[in-house]
Amino acid sequence: MTEKGNEKSTGFWRTAWKRYRKSRMGMLALAFLGLLAAIAFFAPMIANDEPIVCRMEYTGADGTTTNELYFPGVKETLRQLPWIGPALFSAPPPFSRMDFKFKKHFKPGRDWAIMPPVPFNPLETSEDRIQGYSGRHWLGTDELGRDVMARLIYGTQVSMRVGFISMGIAALIGLCLGAIAGYFGGWVDMIISRVIEIFMCFPVFFLILAVLAWFPPRIENIMIIIGLTRWVGIARLTRGEVLRLRELEYTAAARALGAGPFRIVFRHLLPNALAPAMVSITFGIAGAILVESGLSWLGFGVQAPNPSWGNILRDGYGLMATTPHMIPPACAAIFLAVLCFNLVGDTLRDVIDPRTRGRGA
Amino acid sequence: MTLLDIRNLSVEFHTEEGIVRAVDEVSFDIPRGKTVCLVGESGCGKSVSAYSLLGLVSPPGRVVGGEALLSGETLPGKETGQDLLKLSEKGLRSIRGNRISMIFQEPMTSLNPVFTIGDQIIEAILSHQAMSKGKARRKAISMLEQVKIPAPEQRVDEYPHQLSGGMRQRALIAMALATEPDLLIADEPTTALDVTIQAQILELLKELQADTGLSVLFITHDLGVVAEIADEVVVMYASRVVEKAPARELFANPLHPYTRGLFNSLPSLGGSADGRLKTIEGSVPDPLAFPTGCKFWPRCELAVDGCREAEPELRTLAADHPVACDVIEGDADD
Repeated sequence: MTEKGNEKSTGFWRTAWKRYRKSRMGMLALAFLGLLAAIAFFAPMIANDEPIVCRMEYTGADGTTTNELYFPGVKETLRQLPWIGPALFSAPPPFSRMDFKFKKHFKPGRDWAIMPPVPFNPLETSEDRIQGYSGRHWLGTDELGRDVMARLIYGTQVSMRVGFISMGIAALIGLCLGAIAGYFGGWVDMIISRVIEIFMCFPVFFLILAVLAWFPPRIENIMIIIGLTRWVGIARLTRGEVLRLRELEYTAAARALGAGPFRIVFRHLLPNALAPAMVSITFGIAGAILVESGLSWLGFGVQAPNPSWGNILRDGYGLMATTPHMIPPACAAIFLAVLCFNLVGDTLRDVIDPRTRGRGA
Repeated sequence: MTLLDIRNLSVEFHTEEGIVRAVDEVSFDIPRGKTVCLVGESGCGKSVSAYSLLGLVSPPGRVVGGEALLSGETLPGKETGQDLLKLSEKGLRSIRGNRISMIFQEPMTSLNPVFTIGDQIIEAILSHQAMSKGKARRKAISMLEQVKIPAPEQRVDEYPHQLSGGMRQRALIAMALATEPDLLIADEPTTALDVTIQAQILELLKELQADTGLSVLFITHDLGVVAEIADEVVVMYASRVVEKAPARELFANPLHPYTRGLFNSLPSLGGSADGRLKTIEGSVPDPLAFPTGCKFWPRCELAVDGCREAEPELRTLAADHPVACDVIEGDADD
């Protein structure tokens, strides 16, 4: 009971976060995932052969010479943003400038540039083939002379995207269907439950392989297929939770106050049923990352020359007998990302589950 | 002036074991501004009767007969006279929480844990009345004040788990009354509360009733609560109404053997010190296998052979005092 007045009241998620913060492992994992997410988003400013910012003298096609600041790395980063990104092309300067190749026009002495820490493009080949770890190429280069560090960083982008988007799709389907099945019961529940059972029988990995035989092996397709198959766990948890919640009196109270079924399901019950689904979603992200890595490793995932962790592993595998330097970084990336998502999921389950609630607090 | 006139209400549950008639030809009316107590043991059909008025009986239960005429509001803009039992789901939704509100037994679980008290009251208001969010919020705060929650400006932003049981029940009452309904159905609202809080809540309901002219249908099995709050009492036993009377009359002159049994099983200060509490022998009959004739005869001290044959109809023995017993005599007194 707080009589302190201005203090913000603690809702469910706020208290859950309070408990979460007490778990050192969970926080560590979350911090690492935050780092991965940041790396993924800022990849064009971390590994790029174009500078983050530069000042260049440039004579355009019409003969006028300008000497201005350019932000190619920043621009490329912001371009990834949905909706806002594309608009930046037509945005006012300085972001929209840079209609020329930096490398071709850059003159040391006359111009200056701040390069990203890894000054290589993940797709750019060079003569420095199959090199080990060095100051220039931190994690060495592959058969085509591409910088492994740069590829690893862009691979993070792929993994994060696959993890979050595919589980986003799965969560959307799973939460809605689960909640509807749980609340309405009867034949609605019957049909949805059977569909869930059917989907549970699919071996997702092989289903994806089969589907990719018909559809182009694009990353978007993989995300959609993972999303369309991985929702069952979420749906089952949500259904069970809603089944329990709808018997509680606040559901009856909401009905007695004149709320319609969809209002009750989506406003009153779903937020309360979210907790177990969140845990499942977190584990699901780890699973999706593994699936994508596996597919790329087999050559069905992200297509060459685009980098992904699985691709790097695949490229390194060919060279393993002679120069195994590409294997450890890619393995470590996959391992750590999956481990961290699982750790976050575990911690989340501990703080949300009332039966374990007293433990850490 | 009758607000709600319930006639021959019957509710059945079609289960796999058979048809259970949970409410059997129940009739009573709720006058404006008065409190009607529906009294009976667990499973006698009192809650189901109340729920069916709002169409809240869920399958396999359904209303199989009767009518519940809600009389029109004298204020302009509200719909007039309609039979609740024949309304569509949509029509019912506009009644629920608007003209008829409900509060429940468990204040602990009747509030949604993820929203603040204020959010929930505001939602209740906005789902029936067109007003701005800010105005609804002010209304919510004034409602909390009206139900005597201290520091309503702060409480409005608190979550249910931060409130005690009594406070939550107050918040629920505030939520139920925020739309200024004509009738409040209170389903054992004090059962889960301890006795002092119980008394406060009853007191609060009486005050609110005096202020707003609200009618209350109060469901309880606690005769102490009935004595405290009731204007009219309807006693139910095994799905049927066995006795109806104004509270004063019923307490002074209980007629039905079941009602008498209930009164006799109350501990009294003047009672004999050596004796054990009196009880009604036996237990509530299985609704799938009700006895023939009067459903109370297996437990009744006055039962005669005739009781097994015909189900007694309500007959008015004293003024305003119908009772469903063929044995008891009109002028019988205790």
